[in-house]
Amino acid sequence: MRGWYAVFRKETANFFVSPIAYVLIASFLLLTGFFFWLNIAVMSEYSLRATNNPMVAGRINVTDFVVRPLVANMGIVLLFVTPLITMRLFSEEKKSGTIELLLTYPITDLGVMTGKFMAAALVILVMLAGTFTIPLILFSLGPPDTGTLLTGYLGLLLLGAAFASLGMFISTLTENQIISAAVSFGAALIFWVLSWASAFVDEKTGTVMRQMSILEHLNSFLKGIISVSDISFFVMFTAFFLFLSLRSLETHRWRG
Amino acid sequence: MIEVERLTKYYGRLAAVQDVNFKVQSGEIVGFLGPNGAGKSTTMRILTCYSPASSGTIRVLGMDVQDDSLKIRSKIGYLPENVPLYDWMRVKSYLDFVARAKGVPAGRRASELGRVAAAVGIDKVMDKIIRWLSKGYRQRVGLAQALIGDPPILVLDEPTIGLDPRQIREIRALIKGFSHNRTVILSTHILPEVSQVCDRVIIINRGSIVAEDTPANLTSAHGKSARVQVDVRAPHTEVLALLESLPGVLSVRSFEAVGDGECSLVVDSLPQTDLRPDLARAVLKKGWDLLELRSIHASLEDVFIDLVTEESGEDVVADEGNQREGGS
Repeated sequence: MRGWYAVFRKETANFFVSPIAYVLIASFLLLTGFFFWLNIAVMSEYSLRATNNPMVAGRINVTDFVVRPLVANMGIVLLFVTPLITMRLFSEEKKSGTIELLLTYPITDLGVMTGKFMAAALVILVMLAGTFTIPLILFSLGPPDTGTLLTGYLGLLLLGAAFASLGMFISTLTENQIISAAVSFGAALIFWVLSWASAFVDEKTGTVMRQMSILEHLNSFLKGIISVSDISFFVMFTAFFLFLSLRSLETHRWRG
Repeated sequence: MIEVERLTKYYGRLAAVQDVNFKVQSGEIVGFLGPNGAGKSTTMRILTCYSPASSGTIRVLGMDVQDDSLKIRSKIGYLPENVPLYDWMRVKSYLDFVARAKGVPAGRRASELGRVAAAVGIDKVMDKIIRWLSKGYRQRVGLAQALIGDPPILVLDEPTIGLDPRQIREIRALIKGFSHNRTVILSTHILPEVSQVCDRVIIINRGSIVAEDTPANLTSAHGKSARVQVDVRAPHTEVLALLESLPGVLSVRSFEAVGDGECSLVVDSLPQTDLRPDLARAVLKKGWDLLELRSIHASLEDVFIDLVTEESGEDVVADEGNQREGGS
């Protein structure tokens, strides 16, 4: 881990000195804001229609109509944005040759990787923190279920970390940032939708596919449940791709 | 200080370096000389713990490159070919990053930056963004990052490539300047650089060492014969006959008569013999005018070309090596 902080500082500076982080965070917030407005609009439409029907009106609440769909939408926006955050992590250094110097400083490969991952995670954290206005507005309108809100954010954070580690691994494989982003996005999307196909294969394969699907594991967070299996899925997913990144760095040394 | 034994490195099936052995003593400036693709960069990359060797051992300060990689890395300052720097950073924050990466304690970081900046003369550009620096200053920043942490060993891969003659001189002077208490290994294919800067030269070609000595010894010892040029005003054929008859002369080559009955000849003799007094006496005895008499030293360039082209005929392999070195 030695030296990870130096790398973390440099990477963070790269994100925030250049416009990269601001552009990505701005797009994320814009899209999130749009979905928030959309969900609110849907809710008020339903409320209006339900004025004469107390049965239905009783079931309309902020948690079901705004928080849950919004968290799901934010997850999808993350799917698009994270590859753009991670695409340059290693690709840029490979292209410019700076990786040669970086890997000859007295920093372990683990330190290099940790520093870069933490910087990407920080951008995602800042991005999610930027949505703080949404809970503020919700609480002023009528309190949503705090638990669901919190598990929603926890889920998004874990999701962001998972996407970041996947994207970082892809970026160790190529020196082309566009390829890095495109492949990361494709891979993340496959993991996202894997469960859709589970109905069309035999039961065992279907179970495996559902278990590997990100969408399935995000659901419990949307419901306000903290489930150990779902949390460990994201932790394992992240750890697995961090491990692959480390191995990939090692082979990069061999290949020179 | 540095011991390299039977070092071999394969890229796929191509051997970039094969069975290389050499030692570098503490405080030496050693020049790696060789054509492009000879294996200079590869050797340096292994030495700096960037890529591992396929076989062989390298010991730096008594530690093995494979086992004590981190310790060795903190003892070596490295400047790769093409000087890869973070273009978007300011010089100061870049050097600060390097200092942190090399584990310079927080309290000493500022003074370390100041020391290094003064040593390579970049005080004035500390607040500039690296992308906008001139090539010469870029090179200096590259040297500065190598010097941070005061490593006892410097490995510089083609430190003067792509610079203009004045910048080359400045960089050379810098290298000589901070080499007095350091061991320096530098690679180059510029020959005068080696004779001006280095204590010892290792000529490497196609992945193996073809010669290793001081620049002076290389030029004198390598000559297969001692060579003297004689300019005389006399009939051409007679001079030729006379010189060939002298004892110790191996061969005489004559060039076109310069005009006015002058002729210029090159006399080869056994190495380590000086024929000049004999030649002068013989010519004067005949009553001819001796216009010029000087011994011709092989230049390092001759030695280099000789050594490198000695076993030619496999240019394809060398070309592949080139691409590898350029493309990786």
